[in-house]
Amino acid sequence: MIEVENLKKGFKGEQILKGINYTFERGKTNLIIGQSGSGKSVFLKCMLGLFKPEEGTIKYDGKPYSNFSDEEQRELRKDIGMLFQGGALFDSMTVAENVMFPLKMFTKQKKKESMARVREVLDRVNLEGAEDKMPSEISGGMQKRVAIARAIVNEPKYLFCDEPNSGLDPTTATVIDKLIQKITHENQITTVIITHDMNSVLEIGERIAFLKEGLLAWKGTKDEIFQTDDETVTDFVYSSDLFKKVREAQLKGY
Amino acid sequence: MTYLYSIGEYFLMLKGVFGRMTKGSVLRSLIFKEINDLILGSMGIVAFLSFFIGAVVAIQTALNLNNPLIPKTLVAYAARQSVILEFAPTFISIIMAGKVGSFITSSIGSMRVTEQIDALEVMGINSKNYLIFPKIVAMFTYPFVIAISMFLGIAGAYSAAVFGGFVSSDQFILGLQDDFIPFHLVYAFVKTLLFAFILSTVPAYHGYYMKGGALEVGQAATTSFVWTSVVLIVTNYFVTQLLLS
Repeated sequence: MIEVENLKKGFKGEQILKGINYTFERGKTNLIIGQSGSGKSVFLKCMLGLFKPEEGTIKYDGKPYSNFSDEEQRELRKDIGMLFQGGALFDSMTVAENVMFPLKMFTKQKKKESMARVREVLDRVNLEGAEDKMPSEISGGMQKRVAIARAIVNEPKYLFCDEPNSGLDPTTATVIDKLIQKITHENQITTVIITHDMNSVLEIGERIAFLKEGLLAWKGTKDEIFQTDDETVTDFVYSSDLFKKVREAQLKGY
Repeated sequence: MTYLYSIGEYFLMLKGVFGRMTKGSVLRSLIFKEINDLILGSMGIVAFLSFFIGAVVAIQTALNLNNPLIPKTLVAYAARQSVILEFAPTFISIIMAGKVGSFITSSIGSMRVTEQIDALEVMGINSKNYLIFPKIVAMFTYPFVIAISMFLGIAGAYSAAVFGGFVSSDQFILGLQDDFIPFHLVYAFVKTLLFAFILSTVPAYHGYYMKGGALEVGQAATTSFVWTSVVLIVTNYFVTQLLLS
């Protein structure tokens, strides 16, 4: 579980996060949604420790991150898996080397053991046989799956995903969403996903936080978000024609 | 103010580079990879340039020796002094600022753009140490490149002078040994080591702190070349002032 209390962060005099309070639950897919510039990525980077908040507390399983010693912070980072928007795979390494990287850095496993674990994780993301391929030789969807494999190879307690299905076709995006949800449920990890894809919300939005102009404007579940009359949320949710038509049909009682 | 900020940022980066170390076994393989990419990968161009620069120095010196009172051995003497003191350490380092420097800036810059550096940081890895330290260690083998460059420069001078019919082989070898000061080699290798450090860290700084996308990676590589060259030339001046004045 990750608890965020009164989180504030700004850059060059401009306040990006204006005091966010939220709890990300374990074993559930926690989505952060909002328009571009609403502060989602800054929020995520604060939680990851890439940005230092100006004010507020982030608690990992009850312990404030700011109270962690350097050693504890390093230990915590071993429990964090991160799926970047573009995958962030290391170009100079093969798929297997990419997935093996956290094991190589943080465990004393022999290469044979690590390779067995890599194969196991690659099987889990349906990428068996891709071990020797370079990231440039595989599709965007496959790269995302490799990135997921790398994020979960160390069995993290927390999984962060920054727009996991951006740039993917709808079918592959659904596959990635379902995969993240499956891993979250099976491993009982705390998953935080940044997205502005309403299909993802519909697919895996177990808990949703809606950010607007650096504030938590709304929170709820995927069922609740399609029922709410809160205008700040509906303006965002029904901004696409497809969802707008669904909404109109709903209101007409179809 | 921007320059002061950048200089401060550069030294803070260096502090980070020598901060928390990456796992030894990983670091070792990274160092060998960097030696291969930065040093061995540059041998061809260094050898080619050194040979022909030495040859040109010999020809130009020979063509300018019109006075019969000046001994022909001066061709070898001038070639040796030029190659050892400046052409090999400084000229080759400027070339390396273009080749190795641009490579370092663009490779680290691409990693920044594609969030690979963020990925390292999120994993709890000291990205500065992981990316830059192996390059610094690899560049400590740079004096070997310069030693080879000196040898080939003089070999080029010999070929051009002797086979071009300007001096005899005996005259060239005599000139090569004439008034040789071993400290000049010390001076050349001291500055080579300093240049090696500059060649690995200044381009790394430009790559590590770059912002933007693919276009900015190209711009960062160009800026890196300019600044690496400037720092090399200024350092060359001060080292020469300190060691040879």
